[in-house]
Parts: sequence; C-alpha cells; structure tokens
Amino acid sequence: MEKLLYLQEIAYHIRRDIIEMLAEAGSGHLGGSLGLVDVFTSLYFSEMKHDAQNPMWEERDRLILSIGHVAPVLYATLARAGYFDVNELKTLRKLNSRLQGHPGKDKGLPGIEISSGSLGQGLSISAGIAMGLKINKSSSRVFCICGDGELQEGSIWEAAMAAGHYHLDNLICIVDRNGLQIDGKTSDVMEIEPLSLKWDSFGWHVTVINGNDINQILHTFTKINSVLLKPKVIIAQTSMGKGVPSIENDYRWHGKAPSKTEAEQFLKELEHGYFHY
Amino acid sequence: MATFTIKQNIPTRTGFSKGLKQVAQHYPQVVGIGSDITHSVGMDAIAHYFPERFISLGIAEQNAITFAAGLSLTGKIPFVASYATFIVMRALDQLRVSVCYNNLPVKIGGAHAGISVGPDGATHQALEDIAALRALPNITILSPADATQTVKAVWAAVEQTSGPVYIRYGREAMPDFTDENAEFIIGKSQIITEGNHCVIYATGHLVWEAIEAYQILKKEQIYCTVVNIYSIKPIDINTIIQTATTCGCAVTAEEHQIMGGMGSAVLEVLATHKPIPVEMVGMNNCFGESGAPRELMHKYKMDRNAIVEAVKKVLKRK
Repeated sequence: MEKLLYLQEIAYHIRRDIIEMLAEAGSGHLGGSLGLVDVFTSLYFSEMKHDAQNPMWEERDRLILSIGHVAPVLYATLARAGYFDVNELKTLRKLNSRLQGHPGKDKGLPGIEISSGSLGQGLSISAGIAMGLKINKSSSRVFCICGDGELQEGSIWEAAMAAGHYHLDNLICIVDRNGLQIDGKTSDVMEIEPLSLKWDSFGWHVTVINGNDINQILHTFTKINSVLLKPKVIIAQTSMGKGVPSIENDYRWHGKAPSKTEAEQFLKELEHGYFHY
Repeated sequence: MATFTIKQNIPTRTGFSKGLKQVAQHYPQVVGIGSDITHSVGMDAIAHYFPERFISLGIAEQNAITFAAGLSLTGKIPFVASYATFIVMRALDQLRVSVCYNNLPVKIGGAHAGISVGPDGATHQALEDIAALRALPNITILSPADATQTVKAVWAAVEQTSGPVYIRYGREAMPDFTDENAEFIIGKSQIITEGNHCVIYATGHLVWEAIEAYQILKKEQIYCTVVNIYSIKPIDINTIIQTATTCGCAVTAEEHQIMGGMGSAVLEVLATHKPIPVEMVGMNNCFGESGAPRELMHKYKMDRNAIVEAVKKVLKRK
C-alpha cells in the first residue's frame, strides 16, 4: 500500500510535468502522454532494471518508445527518475534542445535508446534487441510501447511474426489501448479487433489490463515474468488524457497542447483528482 | 599505358558472398539476416558456414531492416541482403529513421542491381536505389566494379565506418579485372586509364564497359581517363576536380537512372568546383523489360557503344 501511494505520487508529478511542458512548448501530444503515465511510472519506478547514473549500463532493461509522439511522458519520467534535471523539460520542442518533438538519439539525452517517431518500427527494433540479448546470453528484457492505432501498420505484424517464431520471451510489448487515434475511434478509422486473438495467433502471450491501474500493471508484470518461450503483449486499456476529466477520452486532445490558461485549469483538475483520491 | 586482364567472368554477388564469409570468420559480431532469397543474394556465406549467426526473417524487408537496427544496438554488425529494389524501396522509411537517423552499423547488400538482371524484367531491375539512398544522411554507398572489389567493399563496410553502408552488386557474370592488391577506401576512387581528351566516371558493371570504350576510342586517337567511382557516397571530390581539370569534358556511366544517381553526384561536384560539358550514360527515365542482360544494356544504352557515342558527343561541346 505504501508503495502504491508512492507510485501514485510520482505519477501525479509526471502528469503535472507533462501539462506544464506542453503548455510551455505550445505543441505536442497531450492525450496519449497523460494516458501512459501509470504504465511509465510502474516501469521506471518498480519493474525495470535500470540506473539513471549509468544510462548505458549493459544489464539494463531497455525501453523502446515505438510511438515517439508521446515523448513527453518518457521525458518527464526520465527526469523524475534522475536521468536529467527536471528543469530541462521546459526546453521541449525548442531549438537546440535535447528534448526533440520525437525522441532523437543524436541529441544525447540520457535514457533515450533510439530515435523513433515513424510508426510501425519500434517492435521490429525491440525484437532485434531481444534477439541480440539472447545471443549475448543477457537476462535483460525489452519493453516496447506501441499505440493501438499504430497496429494498423503492416510492419508491426512482420515483427510480431518474427518474435513469435523465435520465442522471444524477453520481449514485452505494451499496447496503449485508448481506442483513439487522430481521426477518431480506431474502430471507425480502421478496426483492429479482435486484438487478443490476433496476438495469440502470432504466438504471443496476451494479457488485457486496466492500464491506468498501477496495482494491476505491477501484478501483471510479476505474472508474465514466469511465462517462457513466448513474447508477451500487455493490452493496456488506458484513457487518453487520464487525470484531467474535462479532456479524458477526447480524441481531439491526441495531438494538441494546452494554452497557458487551459494548462492552469488542467492542473487544478489534476490536483483535485489527486488530493481527493 | 596500363593493361587490363580479365581474370575470369564472375558475378559481383559471388564477391559479396566471399567477402561476407571472410568478415564473419574474422568478426564474431557479424550476423546475417535472411530474406528468403538467401542463396541468390550471397547470404548463404553466413547461413551455410555460420548457421548460429544466421537469422531467417522471411519475406519481410521492413522488419529485416529494423530488426537489424535492433541487433546492432546489442553490439552486433548485421548484414541484411535482398534484391536491391526491395530492400531499399520497400524499407526506405525504415532505412531513413531506424538506421540512418540513428547512424547504426547496419550493412545492406543490394543484390540484382541494374538492368543486367535481365529476364526477370522491370520489377526486379533496381535502377533507382542509388537515388533513393543518396539523399539520406549518414549512409555510405559503395558500388564495386567487379567481384574482387566487392570482397573489399564488404571488408570496408565493417572496418572503415561504424555507420550504415549500402553495397550494390549484380547477378550476371561480368569481367573480374581489378588488382587484388589495389586499395579500396571509402570516399576514394580508382583511376584506371589516363588520357586528356575526356574523363569517363563509371561505376559498377559499367566500369568494364568504360574500359572497353576506352580501347575503341584509342584506335581513333581519342584518349580517355577512366575513373572507377566505387564509392558513390562519400564521393572522391579531389580526383573528380583534378581529372575534370585535365580533360575539360566528361561522361558519366552507370546502370541506374540518370536522375539522382552516381552521375548526378559527380555533377554536384563539377557544378560547384569545375563546370565542364558532361554527357550522361544511364537509364533515361523509363522502366526496363525482360531480355538477355547484354541485349538490355544495348537497347537501353548502358554499354560500351553508348559510352563511345557520349564521349564523341561531349568532345564536340568542349
């Protein structure tokens, strides 16, 4: 219980950071970033093996952000985990910043494994890393964050097929299943269901969870660690814009940043939700 | 004047295979990615001799390129080979973002390059790959002239750069003529013949055709410098300026579209450093068709005759 409260507090701060940094930047993807905070908090503050003081530590677990557009949640989490100063978050999307609109490895921000942002590529990269780690007899794992709309990219399924074929059980794909993409509902834009059946038929171990419930997320990680010979997918049902009720599940906030006034209101909503939990 | 001996007629893909076997033997971190056409593109060198380092990924070029990017992040030096047109064009965004933007040591073999693939026809004749890749930052583009140079290109891809490399090679048996002991350095070129009437910048299979053109023209007292542009990106700016200055006119020759290919790269150098009249030999903005390799090279004007014609034409503009 104490741990849960601790993680919830961190998640609260990461959400604050995201709203503030996007308002400062004037552009960026708010909805998806907020929706993934609980997953990122669970990963970086509990599940993943990593060291902020030694970002390239050979034995670290890797996180590949296939949906590069939710970079704000990664940046805010890394800052809160001690990879760099929280103040640097204010430079998001600005000239000469290490915090590119989509992660850019060439800018040297600690904790960034690879540049990403063109959809459909992260799972292939993750599968390649997972295979390389196996060849190297490493016990590190690879966590790949995909979007649900992103699953419309054909290359995702090339990667899924390869990971299943090679039994890459050190690969965990987390699908941010918020049901929304830029044009609207995924079910309207291009249906991706039955999702569990699809992954299962490609040889993956599938778990569907509430991706905004830290307890459930942590429990799932523990459970799937003992699953061998299969790559694992966690279909994390999240709410786009989670934590700010007035924008929750509104697809129009997929790729938008709040104005300074909106940000103030969103922060109030966030505080209200957190302190009246 | 130098002499040119054909040691034998073999495909450049045999050189790729031979080089791959050598580097795999020498570097345990070299791994091979299979795209179903393993034997046909020379990847059998790893599949057969180092099966534990061969990863078959099926007919899925996009995954092959990005999977290789992932492997390289764990210290591997992955070689991915497939038909040039598919591995470059199908996976171009993967090459751009995952490989080039991240500047990863993924080595790409582009097999069946050029019209000389022959009977398979237009879909399988890679004539746009150089143009597509040239615009990408960080990548090295090598286009060896024969099998001997292709072996060296594979070594260079591993030893001379820690970034991505594209090696372009063909399927048809072609003269193997370059000196085993000649240097092969990324960013350099090779002067094969010297003459001060015209310089011919050639790459890949057309280097031998340029030498044949040189022999034909010599009989008419026209003396050409033939430069083998085996490194298209980076390109040998100094040698290009120097030979252009000596000769005062030039011909470029490649088994690729004229637009955006090696010739265009040479023109970029000449336009900014030493503007001279140039004629270009290459595919002229159209698709190929089925036919025997030599018939196609003749019909689409990418052979010795086309080069001779181009030299005579450019001499009049000098």
